[in-house]
Amino acid sequence: MLLPVGNLSSLRLPFISGIASLFLTGAVTALALKSPSQTQQPAVASRAPFASSIPVGQGGTSVTLGSPPAAEAAQGGVNMVVLDPAHGGTDLGARGTGGIQESEITMEFAAEVRRALEQQGFQVVLTRQGNDNPSFDDRSAIANAQRGAVFITLHIASTGLPGTVRVYVNSDLPPVTSPNGFIPWDRAQAPYLGLSRKLGDLVQGMLMQRFKGSPDTAQTGTIRQLRTTAAPAIAVEVSSVVVNDRSDLDHMAPGVADAIARGVVAFKPFYVIPGTGGASP
Amino acid sequence: MTEPRMEPAKHPLNRPLRFWLITLLVFAVLGAAIFAPILGKRMKRAARLQQQSEEQARRELTQPIPVNPSDPRVKAKLFWLSDADNSVLAPVVVELPLSNDPVLRSKQVLNTLLAGPVDAELRTLPPDAVLLAFYLLPDGTGVADFSAALATSIPSGIASEQLAVDSMARTLEANVPQVKRLKILIHGQEVETLAGHVDLTGTFVVNADTGQTPANSAAAGAASKTSAFIAPPSPLTPDHRVVKLAQR
Repeated sequence: MLLPVGNLSSLRLPFISGIASLFLTGAVTALALKSPSQTQQPAVASRAPFASSIPVGQGGTSVTLGSPPAAEAAQGGVNMVVLDPAHGGTDLGARGTGGIQESEITMEFAAEVRRALEQQGFQVVLTRQGNDNPSFDDRSAIANAQRGAVFITLHIASTGLPGTVRVYVNSDLPPVTSPNGFIPWDRAQAPYLGLSRKLGDLVQGMLMQRFKGSPDTAQTGTIRQLRTTAAPAIAVEVSSVVVNDRSDLDHMAPGVADAIARGVVAFKPFYVIPGTGGASP
Repeated sequence: MTEPRMEPAKHPLNRPLRFWLITLLVFAVLGAAIFAPILGKRMKRAARLQQQSEEQARRELTQPIPVNPSDPRVKAKLFWLSDADNSVLAPVVVELPLSNDPVLRSKQVLNTLLAGPVDAELRTLPPDAVLLAFYLLPDGTGVADFSAALATSIPSGIASEQLAVDSMARTLEANVPQVKRLKILIHGQEVETLAGHVDLTGTFVVNADTGQTPANSAAAGAASKTSAFIAPPSPLTPDHRVVKLAQR
């Protein structure tokens, strides 16, 4: 059966309407299938594929990126947290009488902190994956290669009141004058000292609530690792390796992790990345 | 057939000889009993001396704190820990004969700091560390050269290392106004960190009011607790390093 040619023009409108409704139905279905965090994803996109390795730093250090950031993390200036489990390899760090080694404990704490930060929607990078010992510069380079990163180095002390935690920020550095727009590597922390102090105070405040006897504000220290880091950077030092039982330290890990994650969340509004309409640090 | 019976051999020694031999033996035993403990002590002492490390031997040579009896006795302020929790430094006033020469004076106060307080738990520096040399440069930079024990024997950690450096800087600040900054060497060499944490590549501000540190107001507040740090002069970030543009 043939349709009369004259009727073809009358069929055009229903045909276009049908195509349009099919397209709309498909779009709605696709949106509905997406996860809630993805549907809320704002315009700020991550700068690297997830769960992939990227070479950074002068030593070509490989880092593994964490899980996708959720909406709340991406909205602020903080896109990524670089976690540094201090020491490693032949550098065991502080050693306790019961065979406790700082380099091992920092890795365990880092895993716990990473979990807590990822639950808050942050992308997390570790400066070392196993029992290796990258140089100070290589560790800094991982944070320096990122935009919107904060740097947290984790330590276990060999002194201090057991069960307390101290946060350190780098002490004064001469102001950086950069006529050509570059920061001297050896004083990369200088422009970030104010932000580091803010981050340090926030994290220390959270830690003080959980670990009685800890200070209420961050301390200053001449910390080599922080000096070359071009990002808000703090050192968190847990006391101590001289505990009689290693489980005393293990029990502290979730509390430390939660306090750090809450501190970073509280810090997020204060860190507006320059070049995206915000103020410089 | 009967074997010939053997006659018991007569003792070859006659009676007087036997007597003298026994007497000699008794004296030998008595002598050994008396001198053995003395010999033992001497052997132990010799072994102990042998076990002394190079560090300890150097300490014996350098340890005498240069004290001139004619130096005026002054009340020196030394900074040790305030309590066993190792949290903060507290000044302790000690009456010492201190030279007017800034180099000698620096050595005197640093050696007294190394010797430690009465309560060993309050010390900030390891007991086996030795100040090998101290120099004062024309620009007011004091260079303190310590033995390796300062780095190897100090408890590893940010807090302990920072307190060690601060105790030196604040002790010099309180007693030797000519020292503006402090540079710490280990065995004559510049090292990156004291024991893995605190930065030793730069100098520490000792007398902030006259130092060349362009300290801002926030830093001035911090300097009261922690010695401000002057990073080593460096060129702008080399090309091969990952950098960030300055935040403007």
